[in-house]
Formats: sequence, C-alpha cells, structure tokens
Amino acid sequence: MKLQQNSRLAIYSLLEFAADPTRHITTAEIAEKYKVSSHHLAKVLAELTRAGIVQSVRGVGGGYRFAGNAHRLTLMDVISRFEEILPADNDIAENTPVGQALASVLSEIDEIAKASMRSITLATMQRMIERQPRAGSDRDAKR
Amino acid sequence: MIKTIPKKDTARPRRSSRAAKLTVKPASGPARLQLEIRPVRRADMDAVIGIDATVTGLEKRDYWLSLYRRYGKTESTAQHFLVAVRGGVVVGFIIGEVRDWEFGSPPCGWVFGIDVKPDARLGGTGTQLLNAICANFRRAGIRKVRTILSRDNTLVLSFFRSQGMMTGPFIPLEMDIDV
Repeated sequence: MKLQQNSRLAIYSLLEFAADPTRHITTAEIAEKYKVSSHHLAKVLAELTRAGIVQSVRGVGGGYRFAGNAHRLTLMDVISRFEEILPADNDIAENTPVGQALASVLSEIDEIAKASMRSITLATMQRMIERQPRAGSDRDAKR
Repeated sequence: MIKTIPKKDTARPRRSSRAAKLTVKPASGPARLQLEIRPVRRADMDAVIGIDATVTGLEKRDYWLSLYRRYGKTESTAQHFLVAVRGGVVVGFIIGEVRDWEFGSPPCGWVFGIDVKPDARLGGTGTQLLNAICANFRRAGIRKVRTILSRDNTLVLSFFRSQGMMTGPFIPLEMDIDV
C-alpha cells in the first residue's frame, strides 16, 4: 500500500506534535526535518487544524500543537482526511471467473490493510518509534 | 490492492473527526484504588460472567464455568485464568495458555480471552492483565505471545497493537463446510 504524500506528511507532523503536546512547532521546522516544501506542508497542517486535530497559534513563539487524543486517533482517521481509499480498479476480466477470483484475493489483502490502519493509533506509533534502533531515528539527535 | 487518490478539496471545512473529539475519561474515585491481579477463584465467576455478558450481550454461564474448571482450578503452569480486582470488585480478566501445536511452531503463549468492565477501562487494567499473563508465560520458558481476533474488533485490536503486538507470520484461514 502506498500512501499519498499528504497523508505521510500529516502522520509525520502529528507524531512530532504528539511527542510534546505542550510545544508549538512551526511549519518550517517540520519542513526542514522532512525535506519538504513549507508551502505544501502548510496546506496539510491547515487541514489538520480544520479537523481540530492540531491547533494553530499565531505570533512570536507560535506554531502548531497537538489537540487530539493520541490514544484514539488512528492512522485511518488521518489518512482518510487526505485520500479516498478505494478498491483496485476493475480490470478487463472483472466479469469473468478469473477476474472475480483475483478480485477476491485483492479484496482480502485490502481488508487486512484497512484493519491495520484502523487499529494503530498515534500512541501506538509513538511506542513503535521508541522501539526502533536508535541509529534509525534522528528524532533525539535533532532535539 | 488498495488504491488511494488524494482528496482534491482539502480546503473545504469539515467537522472534527470522531476520533479527535474523544477524550480520555479521568480516573474516578475507585480507579485510584490499587489494582490486584491474581488467579481466578470460584467466587469471582459471577463477576466474570457478568462482564462478558455486558460486553457481548450474551450470558454464557455454562461455557465460563467449564473454562473455570479447565483453566481456573488447574495447577498447571501452562494454563492461566487471571482476574483484575480493584476495591474487592472484579473489573477484568484474561485467559491464556501455552500452545505448541501450530504446524511445528515452537511453544508460545496464546491469549484467547480478555475483557475489562466498560466503566473501568482506560486505566491500565488490560495492560496489567496482559503483563501478568506474559510474566507467567515467561516463567514457563515462553518468549512469544499470540492472539487472534476479528479484524472488525477495532477496540481489542487497538489494545493489542498498543501493547506492541504486530501481525505475526501465521495467516488465519477458514472455509464453509458443505452440507
């Protein structure tokens, strides 16, 4: 499964915010860390703000901070704000026994993927990050 | 397989997400009492049956009493039926055992039942129950714990995910048996 860039940016940003909900983090800070355009990231954060998942604070020392519940907000909640999750395109054999059998296999895989996205919260992601080998994470090195 | 397409109109205001609006219920008075995890006793079974009936909407007294006879009365180090007790009240339970029959897999701990009273959730009871049964498995030399549940059971799936469980190397399979 490949996620759209907006979804990935939203998840990266939310994990940054949720790591310290009291801290205001600027768009530029996250854009620099993940080497993405601030302009593009700002659109993603605006959507998260509209959803009430983050709060925007203006002025000196402003930025964004986490306003959701990391123990309840799932990856699917975030992803579904940025992309439509659809079954694979019907192919030319969709009405044949072969096409239907293949569709059944692909549907099985889809359902497993969606169940994973629905059951993994930001808090669970944070724990997974903590369990990653230190060398694989630059979170602490940047702070 | 799943195909995703970006939502074009991300500027359109939307209502807050369901998940974002949910809040963690603060610990109430009884939640501050110390939680005890211990092996189940016969006197706990009415409470266990009641919790299960509350959650599933179906009372299965005979089934639970048979589980008590098989898992609660045994001295075996392979079978565990534990309860969480707070202030003298059973607020949750967990059942599991050591299994070593899956197509040559090494022995592992299987958790096949866990529940916490709805009004006692979000207080770490499930975590302590799972930790306790894992400690029992560890003492039996087991280094892997598994479970299986419906992919629609997001609540319990999320709980196990939060404890660090990942999809394992086994794939559950089923089929209809022709009549």
